[in-house]
Amino acid sequence: MTFRLSSDAVRLAIPALSLTLLLSAVFWLQPRAMSYIGLNLLFNLAVPIALATIAQMLVMAVNDLDLSMGAFVSFVACVTATFLRDAPAIGILILAGAVAAYAALGVVIHLRNLPSIVVTLGMSFVWGGVAVLLLPAPGGQAPDWVRWLMTVKPPLAPMAIVASIIIAVIAHFIVKRSSLGVLIRGVGGNQRSVERAGWSIVAARATAYALAGLFAVLAGIALVGLTTSADANIALRYTLLSIAGVILGGGEFIGGRVSPIGAVIGALTLTLAGSFLSFLRISPDWQIGAQGAILIIVLALRLMLNRLEKREKRR
Amino acid sequence: MNTLVRQFGKPWVWSWLAAFIVWFLTILVTGGAGTLGLSQAAFTFAAFSVIVGIGQMFVITLGPGNIDLSVPATMTLAGTVALKLMNVENGMILPGLLLAVFIGLGVGLCNYTLIKALRIPPIIATLSMSFIVQSGAIWTNRGLRIKPPSVLADFTTSSTLGVPNVAIVAFLISILAWILLEKTIYGRWISAIGQSMPAARMAGIPVDGTRFVTYLFCAVLASISGYLLACFSGGAALNMGAEYLLMSIAVVVIGGTAVAGGDSNVPGIWGASLFMFLVVSMLNTYGLGAGIRLIMTGLIIISVIMLAGGRRGMR
Repeated sequence: MTFRLSSDAVRLAIPALSLTLLLSAVFWLQPRAMSYIGLNLLFNLAVPIALATIAQMLVMAVNDLDLSMGAFVSFVACVTATFLRDAPAIGILILAGAVAAYAALGVVIHLRNLPSIVVTLGMSFVWGGVAVLLLPAPGGQAPDWVRWLMTVKPPLAPMAIVASIIIAVIAHFIVKRSSLGVLIRGVGGNQRSVERAGWSIVAARATAYALAGLFAVLAGIALVGLTTSADANIALRYTLLSIAGVILGGGEFIGGRVSPIGAVIGALTLTLAGSFLSFLRISPDWQIGAQGAILIIVLALRLMLNRLEKREKRR
Repeated sequence: MNTLVRQFGKPWVWSWLAAFIVWFLTILVTGGAGTLGLSQAAFTFAAFSVIVGIGQMFVITLGPGNIDLSVPATMTLAGTVALKLMNVENGMILPGLLLAVFIGLGVGLCNYTLIKALRIPPIIATLSMSFIVQSGAIWTNRGLRIKPPSVLADFTTSSTLGVPNVAIVAFLISILAWILLEKTIYGRWISAIGQSMPAARMAGIPVDGTRFVTYLFCAVLASISGYLLACFSGGAALNMGAEYLLMSIAVVVIGGTAVAGGDSNVPGIWGASLFMFLVVSMLNTYGLGAGIRLIMTGLIIISVIMLAGGRRGMR
């Protein structure tokens, strides 16, 4: 390990490097960001994005893609700001039902051999519709405990950093260290061989989807904790952000090659990109475009490092 | 059931059937009033989805992972810039159209350069590109709403012999696409690439060239659609392409094109586009609120794909 890095570690090195680069650039532009409060402000919104990215990663681990992520997180946010505050028991029941719906989606997609893109596309309308029914206009209020959780000030490091580390570690243990995680990634890698080894693919896919649903629920709750109120369209951009986060973090669309730690780092990088651009004083017109450019640059960097890795191997 | 399935062997029959049923259900409620209006509106709005959908279909036919997410941004940019160039002058209609096509070519070129040179997965490449294109549209638009030249506005909003002009344009493009797909070597090539890229490469098919042309074609169709849509709706708006992202994917899949690639069909796109519009107008006719309408749209998409998926599974 000291001299030769595993390919997993190399995979992780690229997102980590891009995050470090971006962070140093931000510190260089705005030295005052280099403080407890500054860091918290920079990374605050990364917590829900990181959770949504982990959820997307779990779906991508079984070779599927969830296009309903943004609508679902918005829906959860609406439930959190209404039922979870006013009637916690019903709220928890609804959220549990939503996770069960995710598991059912996994089962249906597997049994009927459906393209996940289309099914989740349809589901995005359903979640969006329910969210509009719950909160026709922006409103609601975050439950106090959620608010407390998202604004707590732990010693040493700000909440956003601590939370990101906790999310990364938990997801790492589920996906990389547990037998369940191996099974899920196995389905993505080679479904037939996992099936022949006697595992139930349906159960594996359902579990992956249920876990994804669980993380997405957490993302919605965390988001409301930050924004204090909800709206049916609050998280629509999470669909694309979460996919980009997984890819930035070294994940692949097929083959069950995913990295939870990388995904969290990818989410942090995406969040930071926004702050970086506003520190650069780029005209708001070009902010989205510059975000796209950053995505491209990071991926180009990854290609370069992958080539280096291959050259090393050939030696 | 099996004999029925064989009778309805062509995948596109299903989307037409679904569109017809929804049309019939709507007519039933209105009691035959406004039948002509509904049909004309359906063909008008379907035309835009058809033009975008055909481009998306060509890209999806290229195989797993191939998708163009830059469609909405391309539509917006083409519509905005073309209207700005034409500046309400009838003499500038042709240059405006040429400029729109040129923008499409540019976006397609950038898309494929990213995919090929940086080996970025198409989803992420076209997504990053769409950020940049969208920024360009914001920058050129500046909140101004320029009206289309009067001749063009009349052309896009009126009909010839009862058929909306935009539908005629879409029909001509569909015929071109059908010929390209079914009667030319290029159509065989993209199907072959979609079924197996390595096999296509071994068979001596110019894989890169074919994929490049396909991404160009998709972007050009998107910009033509944006050009027409901007003229039809009396000016370009920054969010005018937004709904066509999911729409273009949905019509392709509901139309019976295999998501895994290598199998596409043009008539299905028409059926699916009509269906998607008619569903919304049916639910509107029934006087349902936005929330219920979204939920129903989602559930209908899922049921259609489940029916269609079952058909594919039975083969």
